[in-house]
Amino acid sequence: MKRRTFLATSALALGLAGTAFAQDKVKVGFIYVGPVNDGGWSQHHHESAMVMKEHFGDAIELVEQESVPEGADTERALTQMALSGCDIVFATSFGFMDPTINVAKKFPKVKFEHATGYKRAENVSTYSARFYEGRAVQGLLAGRMTQSNVIGYIGSFPIPEVIRGIDSAFIHARKVNPDVQFKVVWANTWFDPAKEADAATALINQGADVILQHTDSTAPHAAAEKAGNVYTFGQAADMAEYAPKPRISSIIDNWAPYYIERVQAVMDGTWESKDTWGGIASGMVKIGEISDAVPAEIRDEAIALEESISSGAYHPFTGPLNKQDGSVWLAEGEVADDGTLAGLNFYVEGLSGEVPK
Amino acid sequence: MIRLEKRPSPSRVWTAATPVLAVALTMVAGGVLFAMLGKDPVAAIRIIFWDPLFNEQFASYSRPQLLVKAGPLILIAIGLSLGFRAGIWNIGAEGQYIIGALSGAGVALALYPLEAWFVFPLMVIAGGLGGWAWAMIPAILKTRFRTNEILVSLLLVYVAEQILAAMALGLMRNPEGGGFPGSRNLQQYPAAANTELIANSGMHWGVVAAFVAVIAAYVLLNRHMLGFQIRLTGQSPRAARFAGVNPNGLVLFCLGASGALAGLAGLFEVSGPAGQVSIDFNQGYGFTAIIVAFLGRLNPVGILLAGLLMALTYIGGELAQFMLNLPAAAIQAFQGMLLFFLLGLDVLTNYRLRWGKREIA
Repeated sequence: MKRRTFLATSALALGLAGTAFAQDKVKVGFIYVGPVNDGGWSQHHHESAMVMKEHFGDAIELVEQESVPEGADTERALTQMALSGCDIVFATSFGFMDPTINVAKKFPKVKFEHATGYKRAENVSTYSARFYEGRAVQGLLAGRMTQSNVIGYIGSFPIPEVIRGIDSAFIHARKVNPDVQFKVVWANTWFDPAKEADAATALINQGADVILQHTDSTAPHAAAEKAGNVYTFGQAADMAEYAPKPRISSIIDNWAPYYIERVQAVMDGTWESKDTWGGIASGMVKIGEISDAVPAEIRDEAIALEESISSGAYHPFTGPLNKQDGSVWLAEGEVADDGTLAGLNFYVEGLSGEVPK
Repeated sequence: MIRLEKRPSPSRVWTAATPVLAVALTMVAGGVLFAMLGKDPVAAIRIIFWDPLFNEQFASYSRPQLLVKAGPLILIAIGLSLGFRAGIWNIGAEGQYIIGALSGAGVALALYPLEAWFVFPLMVIAGGLGGWAWAMIPAILKTRFRTNEILVSLLLVYVAEQILAAMALGLMRNPEGGGFPGSRNLQQYPAAANTELIANSGMHWGVVAAFVAVIAAYVLLNRHMLGFQIRLTGQSPRAARFAGVNPNGLVLFCLGASGALAGLAGLFEVSGPAGQVSIDFNQGYGFTAIIVAFLGRLNPVGILLAGLLMALTYIGGELAQFMLNLPAAAIQAFQGMLLFFLLGLDVLTNYRLRWGKREIA
C-alpha cells in the first residue's frame, strides 16, 4: 500500500513536472540584416515573425535584433541569443550562413534556421522560397509592357538565387516578346537606397522602361516615378504605396506559415533538420496584385501563368533552353532539377553581359 | 550672465574629467531617450554597461568579446592619434584597413594550401605594408603637391571598398564556394588562421598587437625625439620649424604609421574573427577609431580605455536591442551622444566659466 502511494505520488509529481516543462515558454530569436522597416526583405521577415507571435501569443517569447552586419558580428549576435536561452533562432540573410554553422556547433541543443543558405547540420535547417516562380510572372509582364524593349534589372550579388531570378524573368520576357533585351546592373548590396536609386536612374537613362530589382528598398520605385512612364515591381514586400504606377505587381515573401510550423515543431519536440524550398503552391511566394496600369488581357495571361506554375503543370525552367554560350542546357521538355537550380551560376542564351567572376 | 574666459593653458583637471563627465551625461541623456521610447531607462543602462561584464548568463562570453571588438579600434586609434597630435588628419583608416586585409589575405590565398610556419608572419608583413602603401598616396600627394590629406584619404576609402568588392567577387573568390562571393575561410586554413591564443579569452594576435602599440606609442611620445617633434608641431608649427623639424618627413611618418597599423588591424580581423574576404568585410572600425582617438584624449593609455568603453557600448547595445527590443538606431544615437558630450565639454578644458558681469579692466 505504502509502496503504491509512493508510486502514485511520484507519478503525479512526474506528471506535474511534465506539464511545468511544457508550459515553459519557447523562446524564439530572429536576426535581420537590415532595419526592420527597410520596406522589403527584413521588414517582411519581421512582419512574418509578428504574425507567428500573434499566433502563439504568450506561449512564446520573441526576441529580435535588426541591422546585424554579416561577418564577425553575426556570430556574436547569434551566440548572445543562444546564451539568453533561445530555443530556436532564425538567421534571415544569406551572409549569416557560416556564422550560423559555427555557433550551432557550440549550442547543440538550440535549433537554428538559416534562410537561403545551403549548409545544414544536425541542428541547422535551411529554408528558402522559389522566387524564380514569381520572376517568371514578372518577366512575362515586363516583356508585354515594355515599349523600348529594354528591361533594366538591379541585381544585388551574383549568387545563384539572384541569377535564377534573372534567367527566369528573361526566359519569360523573351517568350512573349522576342525583341526584348535585359540590362543588368550589380549593386553589390541588399539594401542601400542611394545606390539602388542610382542604379535605377542609370538604367532608365540607357532606355529601360521596365525595372526589375533584387534589392530591398523602394528607392528604384521613387526613381521610376520621377522619370515617368517606367514600370517597376515590388520586391520581397508588396510596395503597394507605389501602385498602380510605377509598381505594377510584386513578389511577396510570406514566411509566416513556415515560422509557425517550425516553432510548433520545437514545442512538440518534433523539430528536425531539413531543407525547405517553397514556391507559389505552398504560399511562400505570392504575386502582389497586378495593378490597373496593366491591360486586362495581359493581366489574365500573367494570372494564367501563375496558376499553371502553382498547379505544377508548368515549371519555369523547362527545355529547350541553352546556356549563354550556346551549349545545350535542357533538352526539349526537360525540367531543371533542384540541385542544378540551387547552384545556378550561368546566364541563359540571349542574355548579354557576363555574370561577375 | 555666463561668460567664457580662455585659460592660459588647458586645464589638467578638466582634461581628465571631461571623458568621465561625458560618459555620465550620455547615461542621463540616453536614459531619457530610452524612457521616451517606452523602455525602462535604468534597465537599459544596466544592460549596456553592466551586463556584458558581470551578468552570469552572458559575461563569460561577452568579456572576451570586448577584447575582440576593442582590439582593432585601439590599434587603429593609436596610429591616428600620432598624426592628430601633429595636426595631420588621416580620415581614411577604413580604406587602409581594407587594403591591409586584402594584402594579407592575398598572401594566404596565394600560398594555400601550404602548411609552413612562415605563412602567418608573411601575412602580417603584407598587411602592414598594404595599409602603409595606401596611406602613402595621400602622404606623397600632400608633400609633393600640397593636396589636402583629409579629402584624399577619405575618398580613397571608397576606392578601397570597390577593390574589396571586386576581389570578393573575382580574384579572391573561393573556387569551392559554389559561385557565391567571398574568399576561402582563413579560419579553416591552419597556417594562416589568427586563432585565439588562449581558448575563450578573446586574445588573438590583433589584441596583442594593440597592447604593444599602446606601449610603443607611449614610449615614443614621452621618451623619444620624434614624439617631441610630433607634440611640438601640433602645438606650434612655426616653433617646430625653428626647432629643425622636417614637416614633410613628419607627414610621411604619421600617415605611414597610422596606415600600417590600420592595415595590421585589417589583417588580424580578416584572418581571425571575420575569417574571409567578403564584399562587406569592413564594418566602420576605421571611422569609429577616430571617435576612440578623441575620446582617449589622443593619449595612448586613454585610447586603451576609450577603445574598451566603445566596445562595451557596442556589445551592451546589442544585448539591449534584443533584450529590451530597442531599435538599432537608438543605440547608434546613444553612441553618438558620447562624442557629442565629449566635444561639448572640451570647452571647459580650454575655457573657464565666469558668472557675473564682465569686470572693467
